[in-house]
Formats: sequence, structure tokens, C-alpha cells
Amino acid sequence: MNCLKNDIESIIEKIGNTPDKLIEILIEVQRQSEENYISKDALKIISKELKISLSKAYGVASFYSMLSTKKRGRYVIQICNSAPCYMNGGKQVKKYFEDILGITVGEMTDDGLFSLEFTGCIGTCDKAPAVKINDKVYGNLNKEKVEALVDSIRKEEEVCDFSF
Amino acid sequence: MDNVNITINGVAVSVKKGTTILEACKKININIPTLCYHPDQELKGNCRVCVVEVEGQPRLQPSCCTPVTQGMVIKTNSKRVREARKAIVELILAAHNCNCLTCIRNNNCELQNISRELGIDSVRFDNVEEILPLDNSNPSIVRDGSKCIKCGRCVEVCSKVQGVGAIYNINRSHDMRIAPAYEEGLNNVPCVYCGQCINVCPVGAIYEKNDINNVWKVLDDKSKHVVVQVAPAVRVSIGEEFGFDAGSIVTGKIVSLLKRIGFDRVFDTNFTADLTIIEEGNELLHRIKNGGKLPMMTSCSPGWIRYVEYFYPELLENVSTCKSPQQMFGALAKSYYAEKYKINPENIVVVSIMPCTAKKAECIRDEMNDSGYQDVDFVLTTRELVRMVHQSGININKIEEKDFDDPFGITTGAAAIFGATGGVMEAALRTVYEIVTGNELKNINLTTVRGIDGIKEAEIPVGDLNVKVAVANGLNNAKIILDMINEGKADYHFIEIMACPGGCIGGGGQPIPGNIEVKKQRMDGIYNVDKSKLIRKSHKNPAIIKLYEEYLGEPLGHKSHKLLHTHYAKRELYEV
Ligand code: SF4
Ligand code: SF4
Ligand code: SF4
Repeated sequence: MNCLKNDIESIIEKIGNTPDKLIEILIEVQRQSEENYISKDALKIISKELKISLSKAYGVASFYSMLSTKKRGRYVIQICNSAPCYMNGGKQVKKYFEDILGITVGEMTDDGLFSLEFTGCIGTCDKAPAVKINDKVYGNLNKEKVEALVDSIRKEEEVCDFSF
Repeated sequence: MDNVNITINGVAVSVKKGTTILEACKKININIPTLCYHPDQELKGNCRVCVVEVEGQPRLQPSCCTPVTQGMVIKTNSKRVREARKAIVELILAAHNCNCLTCIRNNNCELQNISRELGIDSVRFDNVEEILPLDNSNPSIVRDGSKCIKCGRCVEVCSKVQGVGAIYNINRSHDMRIAPAYEEGLNNVPCVYCGQCINVCPVGAIYEKNDINNVWKVLDDKSKHVVVQVAPAVRVSIGEEFGFDAGSIVTGKIVSLLKRIGFDRVFDTNFTADLTIIEEGNELLHRIKNGGKLPMMTSCSPGWIRYVEYFYPELLENVSTCKSPQQMFGALAKSYYAEKYKINPENIVVVSIMPCTAKKAECIRDEMNDSGYQDVDFVLTTRELVRMVHQSGININKIEEKDFDDPFGITTGAAAIFGATGGVMEAALRTVYEIVTGNELKNINLTTVRGIDGIKEAEIPVGDLNVKVAVANGLNNAKIILDMINEGKADYHFIEIMACPGGCIGGGGQPIPGNIEVKKQRMDGIYNVDKSKLIRKSHKNPAIIKLYEEYLGEPLGHKSHKLLHTHYAKRELYEV
């Protein structure tokens, strides 16, 4: 806990402790967290330091799709559900991912590797239907591509695991 | 020329530049339905119910936040407008728990009114109502998310007027809700129980915790001696619910109906308001003489006490140790009164009628049992008493007037004004002046501390000392003064703070609506009670003098300390 407190305090020291810095701080705290999210304790510390009520801080953190207040997998698969992707089969893409991962949107796989969520437009409408996985965008998806994508991430992770 | 000429429904109108379409329509008696709009709040433009047609504009415009421009041609009653409004309200109803008959706001609900006014006879959309659990984790406030229409009024009042921010908009798009952090109970965030969110809610989504059944139960129990006290601000507001004008004084009727309902004795909280003045006035003088912590701040508003415990614990020593009048009453009822009338205090039940929701949480504080029992057992808001009156079938309009019972029945004008912002200060100064100088205070109306303004200041010469005072109502205004104290910029001796805007007349348990216009009328009522009293200074109250002679001894004495004073505790905002 103290370690978390120190980490967050140093982030706040760097960015600034005024209420207008809230979003920047939330992004950085999430980036540095191992589980890709802003924990409750972290949010409490931020709210105290910035003198913003916890409910408001939570309101902001739960509003933006790039922020999460729930533990997420190491790979966050964000399925675009804005109109162009939706029209071009985004709904099926969602189903492919759900089937292959065994979770529904909003959940995380038991091994902590993947989580699945929706996002607004990610600016690649020409490649609809598209998803964003962490910082990378993958477009023109179909069933095979989805399977290949998940497979390759799983393989990559296995290799990493052996290296320990 | 600062006027613009416009046409509304074919009628030429000239209004001030900057007027909104809604205001312009009101001027010529055209009523436009609204839901998120509230006369005391910022414009939100959330609900779109107030749309009108403006010539040359392809889309309908929200009238609450569209200012008029020169030559504007407006239609408020076209087919297109009527249909759009209906569709908007139908969408709200499709997502709403429409159980009006069992709803707390049945018959006083803005959504009900609007549905009737727009002639909604069916809802064309599928029902998508969410079943959300009732949040009754908080000792004062209940939230029913299934009734919430997401207008945002409660968020504004809690964040901006009270500076608390216990509830907020969370999540986005159709998952958006109004809730405390993590959608947890309202007792998991630092809510100060003020109930201001209730007063602005257009529907039945927030209300006070119901204590009516608890009170009926003790009234039915013949082994109990049930006494009731009535706060200063209730007598000028409750009439509104029975067709009287706001500010009408119905004290005698309240006493009478409480007796009919079955209370054994009906007492006046104004009595212990007088007592508060004696104790608090002496505490102030003691602090000034002995170099105690200054400025001293008042302690009768439990929402304010909760706020300072959470947000400014470093200033707790500045808060007067006097209990609130409600709690002084409870402590005396189960000690002095019990002894005097030879009633076993174990069988005494103390009920309070309060304009306040925070009083419900105050009476269950651990410290509030100095009589050896919980000093006050149940608190009913003004609105809850109205419900009890309806349940009992008593006709308040026809009822004869009665006086409060002894020994807590004789009160002064100074006590009456406790119900309005500035009142405690004025009452205290009337007494402090005479104690210090030994002379009679000639002009007893200290008008500088009266009125609805958020912050007021005055300097009153009391003998050799110029007493500097400040008065704040609404916690965000209190915050301004507290920050000044922390920065060493406040050289006041005495500060009065009330959590609710306008003071108790605007309390979270008062009749709805209670907007600024209504509050001003209630305030006039309060000062009329003061004027009508023969005795207008607390230290001249013969019943108070007798209480000290018979029981308490002297102000700040041993018995006073035990029964009438208390202490406060720092509270963590969030456990980390
Ligand atoms: S909030 Fe209003 S419309 Fe909704 S159930 Fe209650 S009374 Fe009816
Ligand atoms: S009772 Fe007061 S502090 Fe609590 S949520 Fe309502 S407005 Fe906010
Ligand atoms: S609880 Fe009431 S005031 Fe708050 S957003 Fe819902 S409807 Fe509006």
C-alpha cells in the first residue's frame, strides 16, 4: 500500500496536483499498473491529493473508454462499436472473440491474459470491422483473422513464460 | 436599447437582450414544460422537454438555454413541438419505474405533472426499466435509482452548493447513472446527510429514511410516555402542504394536531434554542476572556458538523461545544423533565419534528446519550409529519389552536429566528450585548445579518469590544470562510454556519418545492414570529431562568457540561 501511495504521489508531483490534471494522472496511473486499470485504492489516493470527491473521480474514470476501474488482462481487446464497424460485421467480430476466449464483453479471462470491451470510433473506419489491442489496431477482421490473432498472442506469451 | 423584439405564437413581444426563450414565454404567461430546469440552478439542457420551434432553424431548440435574438419567430405549441415533447417524455417513461401509487412523490412529482400536461395516454416504446436495488445504507437518505431520470440537479446541489460531491454521473452513454463512487451505498462516501439532493429532485428518486412507522408504534404502546418537540422552521413551512401561503405561521395548529395524533406532551424546540443561546453566548465570552480558540463557530446544524469533521478537522476546536437545540432537548427530557414529573426515563420516548434530514443521523451519534439513554429516539421531517397528518385523517384547516406544554413551552423571539440563516447570530448578540454591558440593547433588530445572501459580515460594538461576526449558509459558502481562517485572513470572533441554503427554512426535510422565492416567504414568517413575541431575548425567558435555578445551576456549570455540551471527531474521507 505504501508503495502504491509513493508511486502515485510521485506521479502527481510530476504532473501537478490541481483538479484539472485528473485525466492525465489517471492515464499515467493506469499505464504504470500491472493490470491495466486504476484500482480503488489508487483512486482514493488521487481523490484525496487532488481534493476531488471520490465519486467525481470515479465518474471521470468510468466515463472514458480508455480508462478502466476494473482489473483488465495484459491484452485489452477493444471492439469498436461505432456505426461503420457495427454495420460491417462488428457484431460478429464480438461473437468470434467471445467464443474463442470464453468470456463476454466486460470480462477478463481466468489466466489474466485477455479482457474484452467496447470502445467508440478508433479512426480506422476504412478497415472496418476493427479492434484495438493495447496500442495496436487490427482491421478487416473475420473469423480466421480473429483466431489467428488470439493464437499468436497466446503463443508469444507461452514463450515468455518458459523464459522464467 | 438593450431590448429585442420577438414573436411568440404570433404575439409581438419585447424583452431584454439575453433573456432565454423560456423566460420570454413566462413573461407572456406561456407555460413551457421542463424537467431538468430548476429556477435556482444552472441551465443544463439535458432533458430536451422544453423544445420549441424557431423559424429558420431546422431543429427544435431547447428553450431553457436558447437566448432570444432580434426578430426571432417562435412557436411553442405547433404539432411538431407537441409530438417531440411527447416522444421525449415517453422515452423517459419507458425507462422509468412508473409505480406512482406507492411512490413517495405521488401527487407532487414533476414527471407526473408533465405527463398529464402533455396528455400522454400511452408509451409507444418497449419498457427498458432497470431494476436497481434501493440504497438505504445511509441513516438519513434513501436513493431509488429506478425512479431517477438523470436530470443532474442533485449532482449540482451536492457538488456546487454543498461542496461535497457524494454523488456524480458515472459510466457513459446508456449505462450512465447518478450514484456514489463504485455504485456503492451512500454511506460509503462522505455524505453529510443535508438532504439538499432531495429538495431539488423532480421525482421520487431520493427521499428521507422513513421513521413514521416507528413513531406510530411507540404511540400505540401504552407503557411509553411519548413527548414531541417542534423545531423553529417547521411552523412557517408546513402550512404549504395544506394550502396555506408559504410563511404562514401555523404553530398553534401543529400543537393541536400533535396532541390529537396522540403525543403525551407537545414541547417547543425553541425552548432549547433559548438555552443554546445562554450556553453558547457564555462560551463565546469565556473564550474571548480566557484566550480560547477563536473564531468560535456555531454547532446547531448537524450537516455542518459532519462537513467540518470530514473536510476541516483541523478547525474542530473552533466549533462550539454546545449540542444542537434538538439534542439539548432530548438530554433534558430524559433527566430534568423525568425527575420533575417523576416519570421513569426508560419509558420516555423523545420524537422530534425537524426541517432537517441530518437530524436523523445526529440523534444516533454515540455521544448523544448523556441522559443515560439515547437522548432523542426518532426524528421526523416536516414532510413526514405531513404524511402522518394525512394518515390520521385530521383536518388541519379546521383544527383549533393550542399552546405548547410546560416546562418547555415558553420561548422568545430570539429562539424563533434560529430557523433562518443569521438567526443564531442575531439571537446570540442580543444576549451577549446585555450580559457584557449590563445595558439594555435598544435596537434589537440586527438586520445586517438577515437575508438570504450566502455570506454576511457585521461588526457590533459590545462595550469596549468590537465583535466581528460572519454568517454563512450552504456549505460551499462555509468553505470560503474556513479557507480564510486557515490562511489567517479571518479575524472574526464568532461565525454562524448552517449547512442548508437559507438556513433551516431551506432544510432537506422541508416541503417541496422550496426554491428561493418560497424560502424568502418562510423567512418573513420566521421574523414575524419574532416580532409577535413579548420577550425577544433568550436570557429574559422566565422558563429558562427557572431551569437554571431549579436544575442546571449556572451556564457552563457542571450539569450543563454533562448534558448540554459535547465533542466532535475527525472522520476519514476514505479509508485507504
Ligand atoms: S417519480 Fe413520479 S412518475 Fe415516477 S413513480 Fe414516482 S410519482 Fe410516479
Ligand atoms: S444529503 Fe447532502 S451531502 Fe448527501 S448526497 Fe445529498 S446533497 Fe450530497
Ligand atoms: S436522483 Fe433526482 S435529482 Fe438526481 S439525477 Fe435523478 S432525478 Fe435528477
